[in-house]
Amino acid sequence: MTVMHAQVLAAGDVSGFGHDPWWIMLIKAVAIVVFLMVSVIWAIVWERKVVGWMQLRIGPNRTGPWGLLQSFADAMKMMLKEDLVVKNADKFVLVLAPIVAVVPSFMAWAVIPFGPEVSMFGHRTALQLTDLPVGLLYILAVTSVGIYGFVLSGWASGSTYPLLGGLRSSAQMISYEIAMGLSFAAVFLFSGSMSTSQIVAAQAHTWYVALLPVSFLVYVIAMVGETNRAPFDLPEAEGELVSGYSTEYSSMKFGTFMLAEYINMYTVSAVCATLFLGGWRAPAPITTIWAGANSGWFPLIWFVIKLQIGLFFFIWLRGTLPRFRYDQFMKLGWKVLIPVSLVWLVLVAVVRAMKNEGWQFGRIALWTVGGVLVLLILALVWDAVFRRKPAGGGEPAPEPAFDPMAGGFPVPPLPGQALPPVPRRAPRAQRRAAAARAAEAETGGTDTDDGDGSPSPANAGARSAATTSTTGKGAERDDR
Amino acid sequence: MNSYVPILVLGVLAAGFAVVTVVSAALTGPKRYNRAKLDPYECGIEASPQPAGGGRFPIKYYLTAMLFIVFDIEIVFLYPWAVSFDALGVFGLVEMLLFIATVFVAYAYVWRRGGLEWD
Repeated sequence: MTVMHAQVLAAGDVSGFGHDPWWIMLIKAVAIVVFLMVSVIWAIVWERKVVGWMQLRIGPNRTGPWGLLQSFADAMKMMLKEDLVVKNADKFVLVLAPIVAVVPSFMAWAVIPFGPEVSMFGHRTALQLTDLPVGLLYILAVTSVGIYGFVLSGWASGSTYPLLGGLRSSAQMISYEIAMGLSFAAVFLFSGSMSTSQIVAAQAHTWYVALLPVSFLVYVIAMVGETNRAPFDLPEAEGELVSGYSTEYSSMKFGTFMLAEYINMYTVSAVCATLFLGGWRAPAPITTIWAGANSGWFPLIWFVIKLQIGLFFFIWLRGTLPRFRYDQFMKLGWKVLIPVSLVWLVLVAVVRAMKNEGWQFGRIALWTVGGVLVLLILALVWDAVFRRKPAGGGEPAPEPAFDPMAGGFPVPPLPGQALPPVPRRAPRAQRRAAAARAAEAETGGTDTDDGDGSPSPANAGARSAATTSTTGKGAERDDR
Repeated sequence: MNSYVPILVLGVLAAGFAVVTVVSAALTGPKRYNRAKLDPYECGIEASPQPAGGGRFPIKYYLTAMLFIVFDIEIVFLYPWAVSFDALGVFGLVEMLLFIATVFVAYAYVWRRGGLEWD
């Protein structure tokens, strides 16, 4: 129903699409599949190389020149591995799941614009398989179908780790899809269309990354969450879940999951380029020098460069950032990204409405800044007056004491709990001072320096040393 | 409707590729039976029992899915408004601000009730 609504309202001009002869359509479709396969082959080698450099290693260099044939070696290895189907698995769904995961990741590329109209064997046709009035909605819908592949694989494996990995994967994809969708809405506001070719056409003068920096930022964070990549690779957190949803997979079934992951990385990079980085358009300095940069087949170069920048960004993140904890990850998605993008969308809408009403720039800026300031002051007043403070000067209620052996096995402290002080022998000077105090107390009679009446003086010295060691630990934790 | 046909073609190509690789890998690989190999993965301990057709999982995932539906539908409502924003004018803006405020109340409620906490 919503699709029909959007189609009626999104009256972008996409009438140029859908008139290709069948053989041009077939060429384009095959070209997209080949392009993606080559890109993935490159991505696997490039990722291992870059991560290797970041870790002061060389990376693959045995297979072919510069290790370029590494992907073929990997694919060959997977083809020659035993195709296991574990005992508890739902056999049909186990085989179906990787296919369900990979097909939508290919299909999303049907509406990605690679370039403007070119002449192909005597026909004028755009470098884009097809376009819809609801192009971006189609991409969202198709990539969401890919989630089924991951959750089904976890469900069908009949094993604990894959089940949790599949659930995590689906929960994280849907959580970040909301923030992602909100950042799209701001783009539609400016482009007036959901069709990808129209959005690229609307960025002829200014790329949306300059107009909508907050949307861009939210999208970039959300796209990493969507693709299950580091630092949000919680579904495959090998420290907790072995390998997540793909634990029980082997051979090419596993390879198909990898293929889907890499294609998804390219897909979100392509959507990022289309929505915020001008699609296939050349960056500003090049267009001023060279007028023909945006016509013919050349835009393909800019588009591929933008894709590769996106890919490098993913690899860079993987090489530098540690993995998030799951609660931190969910908190970021639901409590930070969604409110930020919602408020930003409202701000953008209000400013654009003022502009449509013909207000001067200065007046718009004044009202906007004033409005934001008033909101901030209101929030501050609200915070100061209505915030419920627990008794004890704003300190939160004390957490239950940390039990390092809860449930009979060693556990780490939960958020809000502190590690108990490590019992440690006090430095010699302190021990000597404590002994001196003890001797004094014995001769003097009453023991007053010890508030809670600790029986042994040596213990007091040990405790004071332990206190210093805990504060030191606390500071360390804050630094991280 | 003609512009939807290429999507179908691409889908068939992709599905064909995926099915051929998965099936052919099952044929090219070796088959060596080993009872332990077919057990579900556990690191060296007895496998925890999983009923056929999926096991139990934390209710939080279910709650997340419900919240997703609520907010995703909100976003889908925002799209047509955003696309025809210039045509709707101030009326559209005010209407949508009211709508966003309504959804925001639900969001604040969920937040306050701890629906967004993931302990």
